[in-house]
Amino acid sequence: MNFTKPFIMTAIALTVTASLSTVSARELVKVDGSSTVFPITEAMAEEFQKAERGKTMVVVGISGTGGGFKKFCRGETHISDASRPIKESEAKLCRENRIDYIELPVALDALTVVVHPKNDWVDHLTVEELKKAWEPAAQGKVTNWNQIRSSFPDRPLKLFGPGTDSGTYDYFVEAVIKGKSSRGDFTASEDDNVLVQGVANDINAMGFFGLAYYEENKGKLKAVPISWKGGTPVGPSVENAKNATYQPLSRPIFVYVNKGAADKKPHVQRFMEFYLNNEHAQTLVREVGYVPLPAKAYDMALDKFTKRLTGTVFHGAEVGVGIEDLLARAPR
Amino acid sequence: MKADVSQAALPDLARIVDANRRTDLIMAGIGISVLIVAMSLLAAVVIDLIVGGWPRLINPDFYLNFPSRHPLQAGILTAWVGTILVMFVTACIAIPLGVGAGVYLEEYAARNWITDFIEINVSNLAGVPSIIYGLLALGLFIHGFGLGETILTAGLVLALLILPVIIVATREAIRGIPLDLREAAYGLGADKWQTVRLYVLPAARPGILTGTIVGLARAIGEAAPVITIGALTFIAFLPPSPLQAHPPFINFEWLESPFTIMPIQMFNWVSRPQAEFHINAAAAGVILMLMTLAMNGVAIWLRYRLRRQVR
Repeated sequence: MNFTKPFIMTAIALTVTASLSTVSARELVKVDGSSTVFPITEAMAEEFQKAERGKTMVVVGISGTGGGFKKFCRGETHISDASRPIKESEAKLCRENRIDYIELPVALDALTVVVHPKNDWVDHLTVEELKKAWEPAAQGKVTNWNQIRSSFPDRPLKLFGPGTDSGTYDYFVEAVIKGKSSRGDFTASEDDNVLVQGVANDINAMGFFGLAYYEENKGKLKAVPISWKGGTPVGPSVENAKNATYQPLSRPIFVYVNKGAADKKPHVQRFMEFYLNNEHAQTLVREVGYVPLPAKAYDMALDKFTKRLTGTVFHGAEVGVGIEDLLARAPR
Repeated sequence: MKADVSQAALPDLARIVDANRRTDLIMAGIGISVLIVAMSLLAAVVIDLIVGGWPRLINPDFYLNFPSRHPLQAGILTAWVGTILVMFVTACIAIPLGVGAGVYLEEYAARNWITDFIEINVSNLAGVPSIIYGLLALGLFIHGFGLGETILTAGLVLALLILPVIIVATREAIRGIPLDLREAAYGLGADKWQTVRLYVLPAARPGILTGTIVGLARAIGEAAPVITIGALTFIAFLPPSPLQAHPPFINFEWLESPFTIMPIQMFNWVSRPQAEFHINAAAAGVILMLMTLAMNGVAIWLRYRLRRQVR
């Protein structure tokens, strides 16, 4: 092999790259962030590119909600996908870099508690019972179904849940335990399909993940209706999430838009108008397995975007808030 | 008397030989069963992927389509083009640097504590988790040098990742060259650089090549460091072509293009809820393995040709 050839080629490549100006003729919308929100943004990007006839290109990454905000608050992306509201530390980074953001809910996810289909003893669970099973104090102690409710049979309890750095986990813990963490002795996986397999193969299992994973595996799993604050138990479904009866496990998922980019780049503005269009949202969000917001909520979100209302409406963690209430709030 | 001794010793000898034969047989048996277990695991994975991904593998659209939310329309065009371009950049950077460093350490470096220190660190680097390289690249190449989230950055980070492998392989290969060869070259009046360039390196090429391929095969499957430096998951356009119709006929704009690669596309499809996406993931896995296999094939062919040349 002639070793000098690659040497020269590399040298040329580096020189040429260094001397090239980085201006690209293509109009680019840059999105990064949560892999939970990714399918929705992907669907929107695909259809938007078709509508624009190749004039504008949208690129979407999956660095995770936290990784996405790091880039977003440095001004490296125009839009950030987020499966939870922005944290105070992230908001601070944005402020330091003078990035103003518009917070827009784009869909709902109904966290679904599932058990094995042959499990005939669970007809519903209360939030308090979920707490009993998942709270940190339960670690090593609550290991049997009859410790959750005395009428449950004497069977070992096997727990399955998403990894502790996922937005799904954060929200569940917040909603059920009202703390920052759960017990540590459960089977965790970043891949929800692994959780599906885990629960589907163990009659003593209980697990939770997003509604889409339950809907695709209905034959292998049984969803548990949840009772909140002594109310009647409500099962997870698109309808129940949309009309806000499936609480507190319905959570909104978001995109954050860089206000400067929306002001200066017409293609970013056009993309967001496409995204929040009620007709597009109702069909596309449903198609990829999430729950669309009520029609009115998309109009409110679009209005918020048009008025460029910046900041977050979340003051620390909150659960069980109706989506229209959220949108009606004045952001900080 | 003498005959007695040999007669007495003979059965012992036969027993020892028999025992040794048995040990040989047992060891061979263990070896073969270990091999069978390893190979059947590999075969099971490959067959599972091929069977799972078959409907997509035989569909030409799969290779020519951009990603999509419809599993049946989703393709790997951007992913395989991205992977090939990134691997090309990686090879162009890692091979000259790695071989150069290996030659220096083996041939020129003075034997002192600094060299020892470098050697220990190179070996350690080979065991550093790949995500660490991703974080390093994020800080250095993207935020430090401002190279952006481009094919060039991805090539650089993967090159860093496999440098230790190539350096170690180069050194091993050079160490394996018989001393006679050098002495013959020196005897003919060659100086050090001439000896290394004309005799040592050509003789070491097969070993270097093997090490390089092992490194590149590791790099082609990496997702974590490339996601860290901002590789995309949905991208529906190709980098600009490296060839153009007008002078100077080649351009390097593609180095600055955003991109995605096969492992990321696969990772995304595997984690989707819809079973149809899992078919795509299996098919992408088969293609990724074929790409690795093709790279290995080229290396074996090159090595075979080079061996004949050396003789």
